Amino acid sequence: MKKIYMDYSATTPMREEVLEAMLPYLRERYGNPSSLHLFGRETRKALDEAREKVAAGLGVTPEEIIFTSGGTEANNLAIMGVARGISSGKNHIITSAVEHHAALDTVKFLGERGYKITILPVDEYGIVSPQQVKDAITDQTILVSIMTANNEVGSILPFEEIGRICREKGVYYHTDAVQAIGHIPFNLHEQPVDLLSLSAHKFYGPKGVGALYIRRKTRVKQILFGGGQERKLRPGTENLSAIVGLGRAMELAVAHIPEKIEKLSRLRDRLIQGLLQIEDVRLNGHPEKRLPGNVNVSIFFVEGESLLLDLDLKGIAVSSGSACTSGSLDPSHVLLAMGLDPQIAQGSLRFSLGAENTIEEIDYTLEAVQETVQKLRAMSPFIRNIC
Amino acid sequence: MYNEKVMDHFQNPRNVGEMDNPSGVGEVGNMRCGDIMKIYIKVENDIIQDIKFLTFGCGAAIASSSALTEMVKGKTLEEALQITNKDVANELGGLPEPKLHCSNLAADALHKAILDFQTNK
Ligand SMILES: Cc1ncc(COP(=O)(O)O)c(C=O)c1O
Ligand code: FES
Repeated sequence: MKKIYMDYSATTPMREEVLEAMLPYLRERYGNPSSLHLFGRETRKALDEAREKVAAGLGVTPEEIIFTSGGTEANNLAIMGVARGISSGKNHIITSAVEHHAALDTVKFLGERGYKITILPVDEYGIVSPQQVKDAITDQTILVSIMTANNEVGSILPFEEIGRICREKGVYYHTDAVQAIGHIPFNLHEQPVDLLSLSAHKFYGPKGVGALYIRRKTRVKQILFGGGQERKLRPGTENLSAIVGLGRAMELAVAHIPEKIEKLSRLRDRLIQGLLQIEDVRLNGHPEKRLPGNVNVSIFFVEGESLLLDLDLKGIAVSSGSACTSGSLDPSHVLLAMGLDPQIAQGSLRFSLGAENTIEEIDYTLEAVQETVQKLRAMSPFIRNIC
Repeated sequence: MYNEKVMDHFQNPRNVGEMDNPSGVGEVGNMRCGDIMKIYIKVENDIIQDIKFLTFGCGAAIASSSALTEMVKGKTLEEALQITNKDVANELGGLPEPKLHCSNLAADALHKAILDFQTNK
């Protein structure tokens, strides 16, 4: 049977070059980078080099990079760390309704702890406008946390304009760029961003490692307590092989971005056009301002988990915003925030394309989706009510 | 996540479709996740001669509807009324915990269809 992976936004396969770079640090180079002896000096050097690579990929200096256990921790550290670093007594935080739970739930937690929070609504494409941010900022605002690109519907948010407004108002701006690395070029010393989260496994690196960029002079306090690693902002003996992998993955991710965008968006557009040929299918997310590998559609009258299962039987791996896949009984908060009817949100599928996908796979997938939809619609009580 | 029996019912659902002139129809929905199940029955001499279903829902919901139709065909109304959600889940060899509510839909829709038949008789 064919095996077609179209879930690169969930995670990516690690590149061979990344694994090669990591292996010595899982074998003979096991020293603790904090140790002064030869073993430690060897790994300290690797740690410094990885930090330089991540910094170079973002256009910043190595001192501004803090390694974390992934995107989740980077978001937690950014939001809680800024909240803890404020000494002025200000206490207002702004975020959006379409953030990943790692950011959204952190802000909500602070809301329960006495901070004032504003969760900005989004338009039909899942986008927050810079004007909305401007209007929401008060003299009590300390932080705006709004993602660079959405993981479900792929919409790219106007993060630079939002950052500029925050800069004008003297408010810190954090952006969750977990889905953006390798798809959007960054040069953070030119861009008005104070904190940025990233995660290696979304760009062909290892799982369980990421980083937070913290612009110099940004006041952030640690949320974990322990040793002095990562300028005390993230104590704990470093996950060195993973960090080395992150460094290598970053180098590869920022090379040839325009070529990669072109290749991926060609596949994406072919898939979108093919899917829209099926009756009663709508594209979710912005038609142009979207990640080059993201396709998110709602297929009316059928439920997402059953679509996903049937495609899985045909060897195609995708994901869905249906409540039935989440175990929570609620469909995707992102699709609902965009104003989708819950029933339409139930029938959503996300295809996220990546390095290994081919035109042949797109065409096979289109045929498979057609078959699956036909089969499931034949069982659907809805389509009859409507005809 | 699902066992082979569930996947078999999902892949090859039995008794799918609408029914002309059914003796009773039962439709239930899960208000929260928005799933809907519709069961049609044909009754003669208090025996369920034929049964069909339509489902908008997850794999477990489809498999539960399919399994239920097989369990019920040829049964008396009295026997059919005794079928519980648990029986449907057991017939399928078990469902993952978060999916147990999907088998509720199947038994509820059946009971509603029987009630519909009895009140319209
Ligand atoms: C936008 C976004 N933020 C944060 C995360 C969490 O990253 P991680 O899996 O590295 O904790 C993800 C990944 O699921 C994501 O897509
Ligand atoms: S029908 Fe929604 S979870 Fe089963």
